[in-house]
Amino acid sequence: MRVSIIDYGAGNLPSVECALRTLGAETARVSTPEQIAAASALVLPGVGHFSAFVTGLRERNLTAALRDAIAGGVPVLGICLGLQAMFASSAEAPGAEGLDLIHDNVQALPTNVKSPHIGWNQLRRLRESILLRDIPHHAYFYFAHSYAAAANEPHTAAACDHGFPFAAVVEKDNLMAVQFHPEKSGDVGSHVLRNFLEWAR
Amino acid sequence: MTLARRIIPCLDVDAGRVVKGIEFTGLRDMGDPEELAARYNSEGADELILLDITASRDGRATFLETVSRVAQQLNIPFTAGGGIRRLEDGHAVLRAGADKFTVNTAAVARPELISELAAQFGSQAVVLSMDVKKTHRGWEVFVRGGAESSGRDAAAWAREAAARGAGEILLTSIDRDGTCSGFDCGLTAAIAAQVSVPVIASGGAKTFDDFLAVFGAGQADAALAASIFHTAEHSIGALKQYLASRGVPVRLTR
Repeated sequence: MRVSIIDYGAGNLPSVECALRTLGAETARVSTPEQIAAASALVLPGVGHFSAFVTGLRERNLTAALRDAIAGGVPVLGICLGLQAMFASSAEAPGAEGLDLIHDNVQALPTNVKSPHIGWNQLRRLRESILLRDIPHHAYFYFAHSYAAAANEPHTAAACDHGFPFAAVVEKDNLMAVQFHPEKSGDVGSHVLRNFLEWAR
Repeated sequence: MTLARRIIPCLDVDAGRVVKGIEFTGLRDMGDPEELAARYNSEGADELILLDITASRDGRATFLETVSRVAQQLNIPFTAGGGIRRLEDGHAVLRAGADKFTVNTAAVARPELISELAAQFGSQAVVLSMDVKKTHRGWEVFVRGGAESSGRDAAAWAREAAARGAGEILLTSIDRDGTCSGFDCGLTAAIAAQVSVPVIASGGAKTFDDFLAVFGAGQADAALAASIFHTAEHSIGALKQYLASRGVPVRLTR
């Protein structure tokens, strides 16, 4: 199947592309509203700063196209900052508007834990998850972030605890997102991407 | 549910080959970077670090090519370092397929570099590498591959780097590097207590108990080693099994 990877001008696209191609998917970088409108499945990867991210989307006129695609039922997978962008706003960039597909906010990790939260951590399942199907409950995933959204239901399918319980896996209809990096999480991460591809097919 | 302690093999490369340095002097060929990277990826390494130990301008293209070839062998996080002096250098290694880079000498010379790199690429991409040696003044930061004292106190430099946006600290004990006498747990614990960012201990690993000690008394979040893994003296899988049996949270892959 063909997966369109949103290129907003930053982000580490090669590793996501490589991980998807290994699973037999065709990948294409998309950076215009027309390309997003034509996509049958979208991946929104992201690293860096929340403000640069949402500004990068807006400057390329991708924000509305992305919202329309999600409203139209196109399967979407957000990764790391791509998860945070689905929320209304982030403490990392007060005033910068997220996509607001989930009406909640991204917070800074508390000061009583190591930050950034960098390394491999486990998840706590809150409900049945499409992305985590057939993955052992004790599996580890690679995280690298300083901000996170609280693990509120119903959108959070799995939480991770680091200072507070945060949303590690979000599944809301056709909108999916993970705070960890599946493309960097070894065989387990590859399994998450395969689950997304099978579900999106 | 706990954040796992990480085991990180390190490849020191010179002209496209993995080499071993002994106390920052002398080199020995240890193999092909791609082959070693693929082996560590499948053995359960939590991350891989590739360091350009020559870091000469003319060798830069060769190094970037090595970064790119190694990146294709991995589905774990990948850090590249050595010779990062400007934003363009950071951009080049990320574009070649690394997720993070280390900065060392250039950041000591101009600490604003850390702030600029973090603003551009995010803190998660910026690893401050510091080489520390005990002198009569205390723990001191050395630069230029450990050859020259910077006059900076290690703890103060770690605090400043973290405040400027370094997302992790790679802490190498020059006194222990290549000696196989164990990590410097005193140094590691002293630095870990000063910063809220993760600390990667490096220098001196020989036995499984050295790793146990650095995750215990040393308070390290991750531990790095090179030669003991390259020579297949220890497999990463066996090391992690041992640590797990002693109650250290590690990611077991099989």
